[in-house]
Amino acid sequence: MIKVENLVKVFGAKRAVDGISFAVERGEVLGFLGPNGAGKSTSMRMITGFIAPTAGTVTVGGHDIVEDPLPAKRLIGYLPENAPAYTDMTVNGFLGFTAEIRGLRGEAKKKAVNRAVELCFLESVLHQSVETLSKGYRHRTCFAQSIIHDPEVLILDEPTDGLDPNQKHEIRTLIRRMGEKKAIIFSTHILEEVDAVCSRAIIIDRGRIVANGTPLELRRKSEWAGAVTLVVRNISAATITQKLGQLAPAKRTAVIKETDGKAIVTVFPKPDANGELTRAVMDASQGWQVEELHTEEGRLDEVFRSITMPDTKK
Amino acid sequence: MNSWANIKTIAKRELGAYFSSPLAYVFIVIFLLLCGFFTFMIGGFFERGEASLSHSFFDWHPWFYLFLVPAVGMRLWAEERRVGTLELLLTMPVTAWQAIVGKFLASWLFLGLALLLTFPVVITVNYLGNPDNGVIFTGYIGSWLMAGAYLAISCITSAMTRTQVVSFIISVVACFFLILAGFAPVVRFLEGWASPTLVDFVTSFSVITHFDAFQKGVVDSRDVLFFLSVIGFSLFSTSVILREHRN
Repeated sequence: MIKVENLVKVFGAKRAVDGISFAVERGEVLGFLGPNGAGKSTSMRMITGFIAPTAGTVTVGGHDIVEDPLPAKRLIGYLPENAPAYTDMTVNGFLGFTAEIRGLRGEAKKKAVNRAVELCFLESVLHQSVETLSKGYRHRTCFAQSIIHDPEVLILDEPTDGLDPNQKHEIRTLIRRMGEKKAIIFSTHILEEVDAVCSRAIIIDRGRIVANGTPLELRRKSEWAGAVTLVVRNISAATITQKLGQLAPAKRTAVIKETDGKAIVTVFPKPDANGELTRAVMDASQGWQVEELHTEEGRLDEVFRSITMPDTKK
Repeated sequence: MNSWANIKTIAKRELGAYFSSPLAYVFIVIFLLLCGFFTFMIGGFFERGEASLSHSFFDWHPWFYLFLVPAVGMRLWAEERRVGTLELLLTMPVTAWQAIVGKFLASWLFLGLALLLTFPVVITVNYLGNPDNGVIFTGYIGSWLMAGAYLAISCITSAMTRTQVVSFIISVVACFFLILAGFAPVVRFLEGWASPTLVDFVTSFSVITHFDAFQKGVVDSRDVLFFLSVIGFSLFSTSVILREHRN
């Protein structure tokens, strides 16, 4: 549905987006990750046709966003960063306007507005002016605007920004549900969201794609992926690390905590350990008073940091 | 016909926005007060003893509009940019042209409405004497066209900035030049040293010169063309500026 090829945007001397390419199919939810200023919003603005790319192409549903913008824009629902909305209108008026501009009239318009209002829980503020809404409601109003025409493509720039945990949960559930039938791109810097919603994630940094894969694949890049943490009683941490550090699949060990007779130690696997570490640690710890032992899946935040801050990489 | 539907939707929203804020009512009240005050107190409507509106009423319009029209036009694009709704509007399936024309038409209709509300003046002059209502009618047409020209210029300045005040000041200055070019004292000053062709050239850029014929009851196609081309050119410039922002 969405195809981005070698997209470049230059602002003055800065290459805000520097040759990114990817594709999103129907049924996919693509998470767009990256530190602030990495080029996420700029990319989304080019994909939705708000700003023109310096080079490269974007096609949505087979229509080039620059050459043939109107058919492409009809397919897209867009929630810009900061969720702008006409402050002088009521929620109902605003949604009615966006429905009309999407070509919905009369009964169809009414139905579309009702559906969006229901999905975004806006009934209670329907006749309130946008200006007087709290941030969460305003955000959801703009979100409702993006799904008013039940678009095939959804581009959401930080859809959960500024929402409380309950609202975040609602919006994520909504995105995941809609992702079954639509092609969705959404940007965030909340990493737990990637797990909760995305079928695939792209990390961009300084205008380039630095990682691309399923959340699981990304997590496996972490040093923590496959690491084993165990809690042992009545043995000193030094003894534990000495023994476990010598295991064949172990790369290094770390003492997380040691207090009155209780030691928490993590063993990190070598890159070629292939999941053998857990078995090896279990064998080696026979006879110890092991209270807890678990294998880490990998940590996205650590992957994110090591990729986007190469200078501080361990 | 799809594009006309889009223009209508945008114009309707814009017009609604005027009336949902106090701006519209404040504007109309100020405009009507100014019209009344200048016509009867300063324009000497009664003292003239003429059954005509041209000197007492229409003569002031270029000056009223100088401040009032930029006040109406300043928010058109500046506000959209400041709030960020421009991004919303231009990623919807509408062309920039449809948005520009829709917004312009809404404000122009609004100015037309304010102008129509001056009808008591027409009733007064008809009650007191026997004016040529044809001349009054062309006066109104000319006045509305002139307001459109000012408004289109305000569109450009509004698209240039996200601060309404800046937009207001720049468009007042720009419109002021359009008045001065045909303002009698300036013309006399020019006639003192410039060749008649140059004087004609300069005055041909003035709204006053072109509004003059309408006040006399003459609808000259050149005057109509002047106002329409100022509008067309200004809206085109607006589209260029908007495109520049998106590059």
